[in-house]
Amino acid sequence: MNDFLAARSQMALSLGFHIVFSCIGMVMPFFMAVSHFYWLKTNKQVYKNITKAWSKGVAIFFATGAVSGTVLSFELGLLWPTFMKHAGPIFGMPFSLEGTAFFIEAIALGFFMYGWNRFNRWFHWFTGVVVGVSGLVSGILVVAANAWMNSPAGFDYVNGEYLNIDPIAAMFNDAWFSQALHMSVAAFVATGFAVAGIHAMMIAKGKNIEFHTKSFRIAAIFACVAAVLQPLSGDISAKDVAKRQPAKLAAMEAHFETQQSAPLIIGGIPDEKNKTVKYAIKLPGMLSFMAHGDFKAEVKGLDQIPEDEHPPVAITHYAFQIMVGLGMVMVLLAILYFIALWKKKSWLQSKWLLKFFVLATPMGFIAVEAGWTVTEVGRQPWIIHGVMRTADAVTPMPGIAYSFYLFTCVYVSLAAIVTFMLYRQIRMVDKLYDVPSSENPVKH
Amino acid sequence: MLYVVITFLWASILLYLLLGGADFGAGIIELFTSEKNRSRTRKTMYQAIGPIWEANHMWLIIAIVILFVGFPAIYSTMSVYLHIPLTVMLMGIIARGTAFAFRHHDAVVDDWQTVYNRIFTWSSVVTPLFLGIIAGSAVSGRINPAAGNFLDAYVFSWLDWFTVAVGLFTVAICAFLAAVYLIGETDNEMDRRRFIHKTQSSNIAAVICGALVFTAAHFEGIPLMHWIFGNLVGVFSIIAATLSLVLMWYLLRKGKTKILRLLAGSQVTMILLAVTWHHFPRIVLFTNGGYLSLMEHHGHDKTIASLGWALLLGSIFILPALFYLIYSFQQKNGNGVEEAH
Ligand code: HDD
Ligand code: HEM
Ligand code: HEM
Repeated sequence: MNDFLAARSQMALSLGFHIVFSCIGMVMPFFMAVSHFYWLKTNKQVYKNITKAWSKGVAIFFATGAVSGTVLSFELGLLWPTFMKHAGPIFGMPFSLEGTAFFIEAIALGFFMYGWNRFNRWFHWFTGVVVGVSGLVSGILVVAANAWMNSPAGFDYVNGEYLNIDPIAAMFNDAWFSQALHMSVAAFVATGFAVAGIHAMMIAKGKNIEFHTKSFRIAAIFACVAAVLQPLSGDISAKDVAKRQPAKLAAMEAHFETQQSAPLIIGGIPDEKNKTVKYAIKLPGMLSFMAHGDFKAEVKGLDQIPEDEHPPVAITHYAFQIMVGLGMVMVLLAILYFIALWKKKSWLQSKWLLKFFVLATPMGFIAVEAGWTVTEVGRQPWIIHGVMRTADAVTPMPGIAYSFYLFTCVYVSLAAIVTFMLYRQIRMVDKLYDVPSSENPVKH
Repeated sequence: MLYVVITFLWASILLYLLLGGADFGAGIIELFTSEKNRSRTRKTMYQAIGPIWEANHMWLIIAIVILFVGFPAIYSTMSVYLHIPLTVMLMGIIARGTAFAFRHHDAVVDDWQTVYNRIFTWSSVVTPLFLGIIAGSAVSGRINPAAGNFLDAYVFSWLDWFTVAVGLFTVAICAFLAAVYLIGETDNEMDRRRFIHKTQSSNIAAVICGALVFTAAHFEGIPLMHWIFGNLVGVFSIIAATLSLVLMWYLLRKGKTKILRLLAGSQVTMILLAVTWHHFPRIVLFTNGGYLSLMEHHGHDKTIASLGWALLLGSIFILPALFYLIYSFQQKNGNGVEEAH
């Protein structure tokens, strides 16, 4: 494995790892706030138990999210020093604000996790909400930084120099809104379906029914509302990409030739040499509509982009298909669930609906990873779109492959341990969390 | 604004050393505690630092963000030449942070606890050791941009007797800070005595390691004496630190915890001040006599201005909240922090 490939793989691995924890860190506080709220309102012990059970699990995810995020802030320099040297002062604004958001999150987390029975109950509840809000804000800020890499702004690039730097303009680049919106909704979809799926599985197994049903309900509603919104936000993203990164759009769609009334290509195997896609379903005019809101519009193909600026087509295309495909499946499931809630209450008791939710457990997270693959691989060969190539940004230090192996081992073992812990938390619901009276809460 | 940013950088390094350091130190102390007292030490420590645990480590992030936004040349140069120790330190951070969470939040208490504890204590040593090595190598002029081979460029830029001595000194300081802090966190006389004893031994260790740093500097040809004693601030800081050391040993017997903490904190502050004063504004030195300076190698003025405002604005939110957090959990209202198990 050469050093450049190793650096790219290590970056992808670390971010792909971190994103899972950060989604959970952004969204779980809101789920907890809801059940906590029910508890404060209704005094039903089960809601307190749910809040506590969730918060124990989330503590593990938080810690893992925090360390993997810390690692990232060093890795940007360890792997891409040339990039950071020039980009740091330009796209650093969201990062400096993010520092504040993280800090507030960490403080609020201290209050929330350790503040049971110590503070005014509503103050305590409020600190939980602050954890969620600051998590969401920090997610939006990081994504704004990433959006800058897709849509550089706030500087003039003259003869290899970066002049007239304006960090605020860089933060509010063209892509920040569409990406931040899409990412935030994605976090709710992914975490929501994962949590709902786990509780659905426990209900299906007939364990602690009341506890799991109430937890399921909270997570499922969040997940389903977000799932329905996601394609709308995805549509905004797609139009945006068409404008600012035609090469990425072409790669997503394996759209080799510029044409009017361009067809939407679903599935298929792109053949980059012969510039064709085999075995695909083609919906005429749909791509033009998706990208420009007009069935007749011309869509730029890869043929109009210099060969050495083509992103890898196959990976981007597959990833895009996976994201959109899973997104559609989740929309269908969401619609079923809404029908059940409003019209067919009997479905709520049925096994099959639960089974669908169990099947959907990993879908949101797979879609998140796929979506980021689209964004990041689709930007190649650029690290700053149109300005700096990824290959020119990489560290001069040889032997990055070993570093990549090391990080792979570490992350794989961490993922295994975290999964194992989560399994233990769920298995212990019986003994630790689903206890009837407040005399006998979580053992301390 | 540049001075505001530099002040924040220095302050966040100091706070990381003090708060994060005490936090590492708690793990180091656990390592040097006999088997039978370990679980009590662990409990005291958890009650003392649990709530502020995440916040303590945010100072490192703040420092890093200031570096890469405000001083990108410094950040990227250190990232290139100190890649290996930085990676080791990151491994330490990962291991420590996760092991801490696992051992307190694992739903089942069984043999895995031993694994978490072992990882936690050892990474509590490794992380500050490498932090010290990194700091030592940046300021001691080891980094050689002209180096022709891998070893010279990426290994000997940070590995020598001096940097290792600085690393050990950092470890000792962390243990010392934690021991002093924990004296005030116990609820019984026996533990109090134990931590007083730990304070004394870690203090002796710190003095020995400090001497080691000077010896190593001598052998490596680093004019450390001149750096520290060549200017009044350095001399005064060291004198102040020494005096407060004497005072502290005297007060240790009386057990005035608040004053003890203050003294320990100010000693470490003095030491950091002494070593940074001479160097300011140069924070990365090269073998060829070149350097990277905070005053010369910073980002564009607009960047520095917005960074400064972001930091000032941030502190309006952060500092009161942080003080309230620390204050609330200092109030011992008999409730204690809820323990995981
Ligand atoms: C639950 C996850 C999820 C789901 C169901 C979808 N997406 Fe997505 N998508 C993401 C999660 C995601 C993401 C991981 O969050 C990305 C990566 C970067 C970003 O901002 O969002 C993303 C990126 C992304 C991009 C690239 C944006 C860019 O580079 O700026 C486009 C064009 C779409 N998405 C479009 C869609 C469409 C048309 C969907 C229809 C169902 C869809 N996404 C569902
Ligand atoms: C969290 C979700 C993310 C995932 C899963 C992800 C994934 C990836 C992948 C797969 C690559 C390698 C692309 C290639 O070389 O073919 C990459 C590269 C990179 N990403 Fe991301 N990314 C994420 C978010 C971000 C964010 C938020 C930033 C910065 C603010 C970022 C910065 C970078 C950088 C600097 C590179 C290296 C240069 C490059 O390959 O273009 N990424 N990422
Ligand atoms: C799409 C990509 C990303 C998203 C959505 C995201 C979001 C988040 C969120 C919401 C958290 C707090 C949740 C938690 O602690 O579990 C977090 C933690 C963190 N992230 Fe990320 N992040 C992303 C990528 C990055 C990158 C590229 C960096 C580094 C430059 C980074 C640095 C950090 C740090 C340092 C923390 C720890 C903060 C703490 O202790 O609370 N993240 N991230």
